[in-house]
Amino acid sequence: MKITHHPEPESLMSCSAGSMPEAFAAVMATHISMCPCCRKDLSILEHVGAALFDSLVPTSVVRPAPVIGLRASEAGTGEVTPATSRGDVPSALLPVIGEFLNDVPWTRLSPGVWQHQIALSDGDRGDLRLIKVSPGYALPEHGHSGSEITLVLRGSYRDATGVYRTGDVADLSEEVEHAPLADAVEGCICLIATDGKLKFKSRIARFVQPLFGL
Amino acid sequence: MSPHLTVARPDGRARNPLGPKLMADFLQRIAERGDVEAFRKLFQAYAPRVKSYMMRQGADANTAEELAQETLLTVWRKAGLYSGEKGSATTWIFTIARNLRIDRLRRELTWLPLPDGHDEEPSADKLPDELLAEQERKVRVQAALAALPADQHEVVALSYIEGLSHSEIAGRLGLPLGTVKSRMRLAYHKIRESLEDLK
Repeated sequence: MKITHHPEPESLMSCSAGSMPEAFAAVMATHISMCPCCRKDLSILEHVGAALFDSLVPTSVVRPAPVIGLRASEAGTGEVTPATSRGDVPSALLPVIGEFLNDVPWTRLSPGVWQHQIALSDGDRGDLRLIKVSPGYALPEHGHSGSEITLVLRGSYRDATGVYRTGDVADLSEEVEHAPLADAVEGCICLIATDGKLKFKSRIARFVQPLFGL
Repeated sequence: MSPHLTVARPDGRARNPLGPKLMADFLQRIAERGDVEAFRKLFQAYAPRVKSYMMRQGADANTAEELAQETLLTVWRKAGLYSGEKGSATTWIFTIARNLRIDRLRRELTWLPLPDGHDEEPSADKLPDELLAEQERKVRVQAALAALPADQHEVVALSYIEGLSHSEIAGRLGLPLGTVKSRMRLAYHKIRESLEDLK
């Protein structure tokens, strides 16, 4: 897997700060789990967070250190290592969609287009979903009322800004409009986070938009 | 600069009285033999900062205190995952506090794993030049942060310390979203540049 499109630095920064809306954090964490280069960046940015954390003026703590069991066996064992996938789902997504993309309970949106909504915590205003586009099909051209981050999980797509393959991220700002076209052979499965409704351009697309729930 | 921002710049800050080497040793001792005394020292050094962090992230004093206790308990439980080669003890504890805040204060799933928890082996003894590199990196990050223009430092601090998203920062400062993003991007490039020749 050769990744050529990465998230914008300000997205990585917000992610390392733990300040991203959950839907975006999910896409970022999944990309980071696939991309050694962004993992390295993230670790540098965590040092930035630590430096700011270190410069906070301490607040005195009222209660003493918790009394902990004296048995050494209680300490240091760490957590169970995260599950590794036997399928094609990146490790970060295993808890929410299982191991195989083919086993996702897809809902048909329109000819050639399928989706699966991923539930977020209460109160999150973002939207996280998987979109599956059959070979050669396109999503209707759309703009965004907010930000959108898309990660390709399988296959590829192209739009006016380039070709996006497995592992690639399109980190789009509000002003971008695009009409992603899935690869003619493999099609495309993407993980998409948005914080605003997508805005479709054509009248027909606007008509079907309520059905999509996009 | 916003009145909400009171992150001390490196010159005037309250310094951690215990050095990074000592902190890493404490973690090692906890991991290897459940050393309760090392844990107490680590608690004294970090719990007050974690409490401040949680309060800046919107927790009241009581909740912040509870979360500080819990952060340090997590340090105790997960000490075996700490890998000295990859990060300082402070960075590791910061990521634990960050994840706990997402989980408890925002009640959201924490998507990012703790560093070194998933594709690294648990720590072995550190070589002296790795410790030096760690110290050097820390100094450079602090210097790069201190050298940022005030408007860039502000958005970075609001993100890390107050836990605000890009659009929340834009709202707080009355700036267009694009301006917030470009200030963060500039800050990122300056920090990266200052570390360019470090491995």
